[in-house]
Amino acid sequence: MQWNIDSERPVYIQLIEQIQAGIVSGYFNPGDKLPSVRELAAEAGVNPNTMQRALAELEQTELVYTNRTSGRFITSDIGIIKKLKKQSANNIIVEFIEKMKQIGYQEDDILECITKILEEMRK
Amino acid sequence: MNPILECKSLTKIYSGFTALSDVNLTLERGRIIGLLGPNGSGKTTLLKLINGLLVPDSGSIQIEGKKPGVETKRIVSYLPEKTYLADWMKVSQVVEFFHDFYENFNPKKAYDMLTDLKIDPEKHLNTLSKGTKEKVQLILVMSREADLYCLDEPIGGVDPASRDYILNTIINNYNENATVLISTHLIADIEKVLDEVIFLKDGSVTLHSSVDDIRVAESKSIDSLFREVFKC
Repeated sequence: MQWNIDSERPVYIQLIEQIQAGIVSGYFNPGDKLPSVRELAAEAGVNPNTMQRALAELEQTELVYTNRTSGRFITSDIGIIKKLKKQSANNIIVEFIEKMKQIGYQEDDILECITKILEEMRK
Repeated sequence: MNPILECKSLTKIYSGFTALSDVNLTLERGRIIGLLGPNGSGKTTLLKLINGLLVPDSGSIQIEGKKPGVETKRIVSYLPEKTYLADWMKVSQVVEFFHDFYENFNPKKAYDMLTDLKIDPEKHLNTLSKGTKEKVQLILVMSREADLYCLDEPIGGVDPASRDYILNTIINNYNENATVLISTHLIADIEKVLDEVIFLKDGSVTLHSSVDDIRVAESKSIDSLFREVFKC
């Protein structure tokens, strides 16, 4: 997985976000076994304790679960993943709308603009 | 579990100059800790005290409950700021020397790292560049299975690609009983692998905290915070 960690924000939060993105984008499939904390930490170039913390928080939200004998897995519950996907989509759209408003677009303009670009992309 | 290192009111004075003043510090096991501070803030003095090269003027240091000495040297792996290896030796001879000297030295680990960093074990130390010599020393220190690693400026003279490799080595060697204490000025390079930082200023600890707690509280990187706190 391609990790992209900066130092401005808490690293564990960025790890959570990027693992979530990996699940939403299908890099991790439902039920997949995750590599060990050590392997994931080395891959991301972060401290194993920080990776451990990120995974513990993902467990709290039930996106990830631990099987005591065989390791850590992505949830098989498609409902939870769908919910996460919807949440990610909403976040992207809200961010987009805010940026469009910053450069002076009104709601109607934004809709018109999207429709036009979608049409062009279909061709 | 008991802390790996405990300093109580630790003070060191060099002929009238106070290098460390009333330092209280407790380091837990299984952490990677950055020891940060401007030049002359006392970083090297602290590391030398931990390794018994200096004796405190007052206060105490305990490593696993023991004063620095023969017993603590078994479990502390120290990379000093200056090189101390005999220049006429071959890399392979120095590895043998360490193997002979330290019970917990793992020669296989050392040779694996030498191979990864493309260092020829048959070369004599005096034919190696400054950066390569630094790498060899760091490899030796990291090839010990120690409880406390004290690294004084380990990556200063090393190129950025090898720096990444060395940091990865530190992460991969990570074990939950061992703590790594790293003094450095290259904060941006190492802050992603740190659990905690200690800021030293004029011989006093001004901050000791988890790095992610700092990022939450200050909304900035440790590098930016350092530049702000120690602005000249």
